[in-house]
Amino acid sequence: MREKKRCAVLTFRTTTEAMAMERRCGEQGIPGRLIPVPKEIAAGCGLAWRMEAEDYARLRPELERLGLRFQRAAEMMLY
Amino acid sequence: MIYLDSAATALHRPPAVGEAMGRALYAMGNAGRGVHGPALAAARLIYGVREKAAALFGVSDPGRVAFTANATQALNIAVEGLIRPGDHVITTAREHNSLLRPLYRREAAGAELTILPADGLGRVDFDALEDALRPNTRAVAVGHASNVTGDAVDLRRIADFTRTHGLLLIVDAAQTAGELPIDMEDLGIDVLCFTGHKGLMGPQGTGGLCVREGLDIPPLLVGGSGFRSFDRTHPAELPEALEAGTLNGHGLAGLGAALDYILERGVEDIRRTEDALARRFLAGVRAIPGVTLCGGWDAAVRAPIVTLNVGELDAGEVGRRLWDGAEICVRAGVHCAPLMHRALGTAERGAVRFSFSCFNTEAEIDRAVRAVAEIAGEG
Repeated sequence: MREKKRCAVLTFRTTTEAMAMERRCGEQGIPGRLIPVPKEIAAGCGLAWRMEAEDYARLRPELERLGLRFQRAAEMMLY
Repeated sequence: MIYLDSAATALHRPPAVGEAMGRALYAMGNAGRGVHGPALAAARLIYGVREKAAALFGVSDPGRVAFTANATQALNIAVEGLIRPGDHVITTAREHNSLLRPLYRREAAGAELTILPADGLGRVDFDALEDALRPNTRAVAVGHASNVTGDAVDLRRIADFTRTHGLLLIVDAAQTAGELPIDMEDLGIDVLCFTGHKGLMGPQGTGGLCVREGLDIPPLLVGGSGFRSFDRTHPAELPEALEAGTLNGHGLAGLGAALDYILERGVEDIRRTEDALARRFLAGVRAIPGVTLCGGWDAAVRAPIVTLNVGELDAGEVGRRLWDGAEICVRAGVHCAPLMHRALGTAERGAVRFSFSCFNTEAEIDRAVRAVAEIAGEG
């Protein structure tokens, strides 16, 4: 049975910011993936970046160093 | 057939352009509209094209590259978005209607417009910028190279002027993108408008504008954005702010492949190749009695264009004979540049433009010179 994990969900102002996140993280080996923005964060549609909360806590300085922009980071339990 | 009309649209292209478009037609979903494979493939591909365009034009943030259908749309976005009633804009008589008409429309809406004149060789004296300056001057809008004579302007000099006076610099790079080096941030350009289907060798229906960090342009079109769907207003953040509706993803796939070719080969190598072809053609036609050239041929940098007339013949007649007699494709007419042709004295009969691709050969150039000589001999 699948278990929920504590995750950091990063939202973006634009699709392009989301694509930049995926591209740079992929290049740097930073784990995570694009998901639809969960309804708890915003109604509507759009892309978010999902990372495990532990990874986010550890790698946040690296995301900043890479100049990656995001709107906010929310913590939630996700499959 | 010999295609010498690349300033109108590219016909010679790296084969990878068509291949990428063909793949995209059956693999790409709608970028930014979902997280399934094809939708993400489209978003990834388009982001990659932004990166390539940013690399080509000296833009550090690919998110400052917004795609449009062509240079005309990009120029309309820049002019309509940045020039307000009461603002003063300086442009030149060298410009294409894609820039002139949006400016005329802003003039009709209450903006002021100064058009620096061109001389009989199509040259503009940019010392006149100082005299044209007014307290309400907001922008200088110029084409990088004339689509009639091929002469390029000194963008660094103009950018120095706009920077010194706190003005915006809007550049129409329709005739130079992919053919002359352009480093937007190094030069200090605020908005660089380009088309994808000429020197960039991508498909028609692609183009865009690069917008300097910190400059906001209100959108010309609003609508679907793929995110923040419950907002009544279109998102204000670049690049999606200027990209309402579904992008031409299939076309951008082709443009991406073309940019790969250009970035790998290098703009400087393309420029050298095309300039050598243009100068070979120039040397040939100059020696033909009855041929009149348009332009001064003293610009330090040029787009690969040679425009001429033959005897007293109408330009259209010369173009027809070139096609009927030798299957040579050129553009005869006034090239959507009415003020330039008035300055050159060719408003009535137009002129015949030969424009060159890095894929043209010296043999094609020599055949075209012979064809011009034959027409000049026929009278």
